Amino acid sequence: MAEINREDVAHLARLAHIDMSAEELDRMTGELAVIVDSIKRVSEVAGDDIPTTSHPIPLSNVYREDVIGETLTNEEALSGAPDNADGRFKVPAILDGE
Amino acid sequence: MAMATEDILTFEEALEKYDPVLGFEVHVELNTQTKMFSSAPNAFGDTPNTNVTPVDLGLPGVLPVVNRVAVESSIKIGLALGCKIAEKCYFARKNYFYPDTPKNFQTSQFEDPIAYDGSIDIELADGTVFTVEIERAHMEEDAGKLTHMGGSTGRIQGAEFSLVDYNRAGVPLVEIVTKPIVGAGARAPELAKAYVAAIREIVKNLGVSDAKMERGNVRCDANVSLKPKGQEKFGTRTETKNVNSLRAVEHAVRYEIQRHAAVLDSGIAIIQETRHWHEDTRSTTSGRPKSDADDYRYFPEPDLVPIVTTEEWIERLRSELPEPPAERRKRLQQDWGYSDAEFRDVVNAGVMSSIEDTIAAGVKPAVARKWWMGEISRRAKVADVEPSELGVTPELIVELNSLIESGKINDKLSREVLDGVLAGEGTPTEVVEARGLAVVSDDGPLLEAIDAALAAQPDVADKIRGGKVQAVGAIVGGVMKATRGQADAGRVRELILQRLGVEG
Repeated sequence: MAEINREDVAHLARLAHIDMSAEELDRMTGELAVIVDSIKRVSEVAGDDIPTTSHPIPLSNVYREDVIGETLTNEEALSGAPDNADGRFKVPAILDGE
Repeated sequence: MAMATEDILTFEEALEKYDPVLGFEVHVELNTQTKMFSSAPNAFGDTPNTNVTPVDLGLPGVLPVVNRVAVESSIKIGLALGCKIAEKCYFARKNYFYPDTPKNFQTSQFEDPIAYDGSIDIELADGTVFTVEIERAHMEEDAGKLTHMGGSTGRIQGAEFSLVDYNRAGVPLVEIVTKPIVGAGARAPELAKAYVAAIREIVKNLGVSDAKMERGNVRCDANVSLKPKGQEKFGTRTETKNVNSLRAVEHAVRYEIQRHAAVLDSGIAIIQETRHWHEDTRSTTSGRPKSDADDYRYFPEPDLVPIVTTEEWIERLRSELPEPPAERRKRLQQDWGYSDAEFRDVVNAGVMSSIEDTIAAGVKPAVARKWWMGEISRRAKVADVEPSELGVTPELIVELNSLIESGKINDKLSREVLDGVLAGEGTPTEVVEARGLAVVSDDGPLLEAIDAALAAQPDVADKIRGGKVQAVGAIVGGVMKATRGQADAGRVRELILQRLGVEG
C-alpha cells in the first residue's frame, strides 16, 4: 500500500517552493506512490548480507589537491543573474533565518 | 510594532531556582588555499563574486570534488578534540531555499560525521576544570554573504532587497557540536566563553584556521535551557545564533539564563526558537520558531563518493599534530618555575609566547616575566594594542637586560631606553648614547651630589651618624634627584655611609 498521501505531497511541494493545484496534488500523490512502491521492492530483494549503500559504484576517496584554479570574472559570474547591483546578485529580501 | 523589552530575573535569582544546560555549535572556517569542493581561492575581502567557479554558483552540470587538505584538517580537529574518526563517511545534501546558497542545498554531513565522541578539558580563570563532551565534528561548506539593503538599520527587517556575494560560498567549514553541558551552574557564562576560546586556540594551534572571530573564522551558536533544581529532564532550549566574540558568548548565555528564568517563573513555556544577539543592548530578540521549513530532507550527496579513512592515514595525521595548548602551558609553567597565579596572569595577558621567545633568546624566566607583564604590558595598554604587537623583540630585551646587568643603566633608565627604542631612535645602546642616559659611575660627581644632599638635610645626616641607617633613604633620594636618576642607587648608598663613617 502506498506510503505517500496527499498531505505528504502538499508538504513537499511547500518545501520545494512549488505551487501545485488541487488536481496536480491528486495526480502527483498517485504517481509518487507508484515510484515509492517500486523502490520499496529493492529492499525486498536485498538480503541482510547486502550493506546499506549510498552510491552504486564502489568508489571512495576521490580528492582534489588544494591548488587554486581558474575562476569566473565578476562579469561572467553575474551574466546569468536576473538582476545585479554593486557587483553582487540582487535578490528580493526574504525574511528567513539569517 | 514596538519591540517589547522582555522581563528578566537577576542572574542570582535565576540560579537559585534553575540549573542551566548549555550546548554549542561552533563553526570553524578552514584556512585551505581553495574551497571545499572547488578550486576557487578561499580568501577574505576580495572583490565580490570573483572567487567563484561554476561549482560555487551551482550552475547546471558541474561536478564538485573534495579538497584533500580540508578533509585532513577536519580529521586533525577531530583528533585534537579526542574524537573517534569515522572509518567511512559521506557528504549529504541539506535542502533549503535561501539566497545564501545558490544550489538550494548546503553540502554537509548528516548521519555519519567525520569525527565523533570526543571531549576536552576547559580550564576557567581560577583553575577550575570542566570536561566538555563533544558529540560530533562534521564537514560542510560556508554560505554566501547577504547584505540587506533599503532597511533603516541594515537588518533584514524592513529591507527592500538583498545583495549576495558568493566568494564565501563553499569555503570549508567544520561544525563542532557539544553534548549537553550540565552542572556548570553559576559558572555557565564563564564556561561558555572559555569553551569557545579553547576551540579557537586549538584550531589556531593546529594551523587549520586563521581563527579570527572578528572575521567570522570562528562562529558560535549557543543553546541554553533551564531545568528547575532537582529535575532530571531538560527544559526547552533556545539557540542564540552567531554570537561572534568571546565576550558576547558570555553575555548571551547569561542573558538567556535570566530571560528563561523569568519566562518559566511566570508559568509560560519556553518556545523552541532561534534568538538574535544584540551587542548594543546586550540582549536577545526572537528570531524564528522551529517550523516545518526545518525539514531539510537530507540525503547522500550523489556527486561525491564516500570518504574511507585508514589507520595509516589517521596515524600520519596524528603524528603531525602540534603539542596541545593545555599541555604546552603545563610544560612551560614547570620549566619557568612560575606560581599558578603568575602563570595565569601571563596567559591572560596574552604574553606567554612572547615570554617563551624571550627566554629562548637567553633571558631568565623571572626577568622575561618582569618585562612582559610590567613595562611592555603597560605601554600596550596605553597604545590599546596587544603586548605582542608593540614591536618588542626578544633581542631588544636581551640587550636592555645586559645594559642593566653591566651597570650601564639602571631599571629606571631602562624604561626610558625602551621608550626611545619604540619611538624608533635605534638600538638600546644607541638610545643610551643619544639621550645621554648612562648611569653616572664615576664617584667624583656622585660625591659632590652626596655632600650637597647631606648639607641640605643636616638633621638626617646626624640621625645616620647616630646609627639610624634606614634614614639613608632620604639622602639617596636627594642624590638620585640631583643626578636625574642617572646614578646607581646601590653605589650612592654605599658612598653616603662611607662618607659618614657608618657601617652599612
